[in-house]
Amino acid sequence: MAEPILTQKFDNGLVLLGESIPTAESAAFTIRVPAGSIFEPGNRNGLSAVTCELAQRGAGARDSRQFVTDLDNLGVERDASVSDAHTSFSGATLARNLLPALQIYGDVLRRARLPEDQFEAARAVCLQDVSSIEDDPAQKVMLELRRLHFPDPWGRCSQGDQAALEAVTLDEIRAHVHHRYRPNGTIIGVAGRFDWKTVVDQVGQLYGDWAVQPDEKFQEITNGKQREHLHHESNQTQIGIAYKSVPYKDPDYFQAWGAVGVLSGGMSSRLFTEVREKRGLCYTVYATHQSLRDMGSVLCYAGTSSERAQETLDVTLGELVRLANGIEPNELKRLKARIKSALVMQQESTSARSAALARDWYYLGRVRTLEEVGSLVDALTCESINNYLAAHPPADFTIVTLGSEPLEVPVAVS
Amino acid sequence: MQFREHVLPNGLDVVAECDPSAHSMALGFFVKTGARDESTDVAGVSHFLEHMMFKGTAKRSADDVNREFDEMGAHYNAFTSEEKTVYYASILPEFQGEALELLADIMRPALREEDFVTEKQVILEEIQMYQDQPPFGADDLCKATHFVGHPLGQSVLGTLDSVGRLPVDKMRAYFERRYSPENIALVAAGKVDFDALVKLADKQCGAWKNVGATRKIIEAPPHCGFECIQKEGVTQQYVIQLANGPSATADDRFAAKLLATIVGDDSGSRLFWTLVDPGLTEHASLGHYDYQGNGMFFTYLSCAPEDAADNMQRVLDIYRQVEAKGVTVEELDQAKNKINSRVVLASERPRGRLFNLGSNWTHRREYRSVKDDLDAVDAVTIEQIAAVLKKYPLSASTTVTIGPSASVTAPR
Repeated sequence: MAEPILTQKFDNGLVLLGESIPTAESAAFTIRVPAGSIFEPGNRNGLSAVTCELAQRGAGARDSRQFVTDLDNLGVERDASVSDAHTSFSGATLARNLLPALQIYGDVLRRARLPEDQFEAARAVCLQDVSSIEDDPAQKVMLELRRLHFPDPWGRCSQGDQAALEAVTLDEIRAHVHHRYRPNGTIIGVAGRFDWKTVVDQVGQLYGDWAVQPDEKFQEITNGKQREHLHHESNQTQIGIAYKSVPYKDPDYFQAWGAVGVLSGGMSSRLFTEVREKRGLCYTVYATHQSLRDMGSVLCYAGTSSERAQETLDVTLGELVRLANGIEPNELKRLKARIKSALVMQQESTSARSAALARDWYYLGRVRTLEEVGSLVDALTCESINNYLAAHPPADFTIVTLGSEPLEVPVAVS
Repeated sequence: MQFREHVLPNGLDVVAECDPSAHSMALGFFVKTGARDESTDVAGVSHFLEHMMFKGTAKRSADDVNREFDEMGAHYNAFTSEEKTVYYASILPEFQGEALELLADIMRPALREEDFVTEKQVILEEIQMYQDQPPFGADDLCKATHFVGHPLGQSVLGTLDSVGRLPVDKMRAYFERRYSPENIALVAAGKVDFDALVKLADKQCGAWKNVGATRKIIEAPPHCGFECIQKEGVTQQYVIQLANGPSATADDRFAAKLLATIVGDDSGSRLFWTLVDPGLTEHASLGHYDYQGNGMFFTYLSCAPEDAADNMQRVLDIYRQVEAKGVTVEELDQAKNKINSRVVLASERPRGRLFNLGSNWTHRREYRSVKDDLDAVDAVTIEQIAAVLKKYPLSASTTVTIGPSASVTAPR
């Protein structure tokens, strides 16, 4: 199995994590900076997204064009995104190019130029992103579901909203970078073929003298609303359903995750079988466990033609409620087989491993090895999952629909 | 890394790239059939049939098929394109035999009428789902217009009408004609036990009857046109352009891929700097897709409706400029670095190798190692790219735009 997890904590709070995969040709990195949408002022949802875009338009000695050219020449397949708590920069490349790539991102985090002449273009790119959501009904319904289900600021859309994006100023971006692009809370995960000591030295040089910033507090506001219908002229009606679960750090997390796996993992899972295979109600139906730092939830989606949407909602909710009655031994057996092979295959992806390292550290303050995850999965029993489900039956659903007609929520389901 | 091949007496090819150091393996049946092999009265049958293949066999129900794949922890799926239908699974090596037995069994499906009726609903849902999503069917329409009268212009999904009217016996007849063993390759990659694979393939597939599936390859003439479709309730304007390009059997396909990367990759390309970086479009890209006998350059653009005409003009200006002046050595080197890194990253997982292996085999009955592909990319010159542009000008294209605008001025 995999090599042990390498950890280096710097005095200013920055954490570097490594997993060596000597057989890989590549190396991948994930950098999580604590600049997510939860840290935005309430009327500036989207500030992190514009900041992320602008930070990549020139940093250190490179202007915008040189930045892209150099990363392209290093063959860095990259991504940058904003989530609730972080702005993440990730990439994968040939093993020999890891260090130069990390160097470039060191400039992004510490010496972003935030050029005035690029500001409007950065804003325009973010506005384009927001516009495109309007034409993607499946994405739109799930964003609205999150916004309703999670208390603010946790349920925010990371792309932001149009009004806020139009109002953001360059000074606000500079201040956001100053406060939130910082070592305390920044996590860097690297996985693949590398020399650990060299990576530690380089990261130390890049970030060792980075100054700590004070923590800020924010208020959580619960939405209180649990039903919404968005009118949209379309062939299909989109259905989003959410209910509370436990977060990743909870000792019961694997029980909750296992239960969702029975509901929606593989084509023999309950939702796929009952909604799609037996009744042919839709093409896409799924449930997924979503963890925030202190909250966990299950989010479900189904998209179906409007005349069959009511039946789809009824059958889907029926399956969620029925889950509380417990799972069967053969369902557990399939769940374990699927997770086991997924764990083995994860070792074949340096990107997946670097992302997992940074994610684990954020949620747990440590990293679970694949062996540890494997033994936690082995320890699952029908009894343990059913005990969990008896104590946490799916209930109290938040339901958002998007389509030409609203749907009725069965009275028995609250 | 070792390439192995074997042909069963009935014509079924078995090919594998064996890598003893891999943790997992992937295997799949690559069937040389797709939308281009359909007559118009059965449009969409290849894709519908792909769904029906999971609905059970003489000895298995649909539930059995799904359950048994899941019991192995397989990550499995299928897809249909213009010219191939692929059924595959990623598994732990210990399940090689079980996975092959199951995959081979579903390749001889029961095609029961009651399953056909239920699954037809799922396909109709899938078609409606795409009709609600960008580019709202404009891709099919653009293909149909550009390849008018040529089989590559046929839709993979079909229409609500064509799928709705399809009777089960026509699907059964199509299956009999197309799923003939000499038209299928069993492909595997990763930690493969090749001798065991061949032995079991012979047992499971050896009795499949060879009926002589054929495909007529005719070259599609280049075609130009412009069409605007108004769609209410949509926010952005979407533009699709098709131009002819090198085919899957042409040597200049590597030059075409590099050209597409230089002109229209999603980062650092000419389209990127002119349209995406300044925020003029949400998306702008150029890709090269190759098929037997034909290839195509595919341009995709999405932006605010009021900017569509100007943006289309900018794209055309970029295409005319590269046709006139070619590309620079710096651009070519940058594109090579990008593609080479992508080839290596995509090859790290057995599943990535499976698709590469399967495509090369179904297109050309050729094995190419990762190094072969890297060398081919490295060997491309700016003169070869100029030759591609001369033979297949990007500006000679069919355009379809869809969105809220009633009309959009065509670029000149």
